[in-house]
Amino acid sequence: MALLADTTVLLGKELRTEFRSRELLTTTVVFILIVIVLFSFTFDPTSDESRRFGSGLLWLAFLFASSLMLQPCFLREQQNDTLSALRLAVDEPFAIFLAKLTANTVFLLLAELVLLPFFALMYNVPVLRVLHWLALVFFLGSLGISVVGTALSAVSAQARMRELLLPLLLLPLLTPILVASTEVTKGLLDREPFMQWKGVVILAVFDLVFLTALWLFSEYLLEE
Amino acid sequence: MTAPAFTPTGIRFEKIEKRYGGLYALRQVSLEIARGECVAFAGRNGSGKTTLLRIAARLVRPSRGSVMYMTSSGAAADSGARSGFVAHATMVYDELTAEENLLMFAKLQGIAEPGARAAALLEEVGLLERRNSLVRTFSRGMRQRMAIARALLNDPSLLLLDEPATGLDPEGIAWLANALRQMRWAERTILMSVHGESEISQIATRAVRLDAGSVVADTRGGSEMHAILTFAGA
Repeated sequence: MALLADTTVLLGKELRTEFRSRELLTTTVVFILIVIVLFSFTFDPTSDESRRFGSGLLWLAFLFASSLMLQPCFLREQQNDTLSALRLAVDEPFAIFLAKLTANTVFLLLAELVLLPFFALMYNVPVLRVLHWLALVFFLGSLGISVVGTALSAVSAQARMRELLLPLLLLPLLTPILVASTEVTKGLLDREPFMQWKGVVILAVFDLVFLTALWLFSEYLLEE
Repeated sequence: MTAPAFTPTGIRFEKIEKRYGGLYALRQVSLEIARGECVAFAGRNGSGKTTLLRIAARLVRPSRGSVMYMTSSGAAADSGARSGFVAHATMVYDELTAEENLLMFAKLQGIAEPGARAAALLEEVGLLERRNSLVRTFSRGMRQRMAIARALLNDPSLLLLDEPATGLDPEGIAWLANALRQMRWAERTILMSVHGESEISQIATRAVRLDAGSVVADTRGGSEMHAILTFAGA
């Protein structure tokens, strides 16, 4: 119960500070938008090609944007040594991670929600009929990105080459998320949409495994 | 699962060593600080004062040795201690208001009636009128008052202060000295790092000088204590 109560308080803090500054959301949305527009210059986005490549470029854009978005996650806590204050205040260090990864998932999902209609219009891909399934893939994919990204953000924040370290560690580790999410999204954007349950299972297992690892090692990840 | 938190009344360092790579921050530090003592740690920059205080706060794990905390019943425990800690940095969020900061930390520490406690502390540190202002709009001195208010939230019996007068104006220093005096009279245990003799360090009942991570002098009262504190500022 203490874990849930602490997580709720900390999540409130994460959401309040972000919606007050809107730094992460704005940069993430703008970044993904730029990538989608730039990719559209490389091939005819109204052809069948967009169905084949669209899902891949969408998830690549999400992945690169998340490495930008996750960078300040723990760096911001170093500014006034607030991480130490949190460590002294909470009973379960995992609450700090749980609040941050929940907030990151919410921010990523919000960015995806804003950009999906834009992507559908620009690449001429109908998404309305599979919206509920897309929501499931986006949720599982975003959760996986946030779990791994939040953990690595804590590690890289204490390193010397922190700005370079996070993308270097994050992107290879997220390869299973990229592959599975892309495959499932590709099936959903097909002329005859279908659900690749195998990909969904891979995403769910990935999330579960990394969430458990984070719970087990959260205390060590926060140590000075 | 972590042990339930308690606020300790005393602390014992046993042969504490802390290494960062090949560099020793602390070497074989053994100290016993009883309930109600007010200890001033003096020494040059890099002598190990901050590391020792962060180990006492359980923010840093010693490479060797152990820290024992005295409970109110007189028993010793090596975990679960929750003391009040004021660091170099303010340890509060710039993007939250003064009240939001204290409310959040009060809720995390499971304090009953967090709103009332936050309001009482804001009044005590003279920031009640600015309760709805973002901390980033505060001066350095006001931020330090916020830092002290946050550290006092759980009414700690053990208070750890790392150069607490940093950024305070003469009026703020006088206020802090008065607050520390009251805590001393209430038999709170206080550990603080100081630079030179000041109104704050004069409250100390014991002075410990650290040099290159080792305790080189430890005295209670008298001219020797004055010598330790003035040497630190040299």
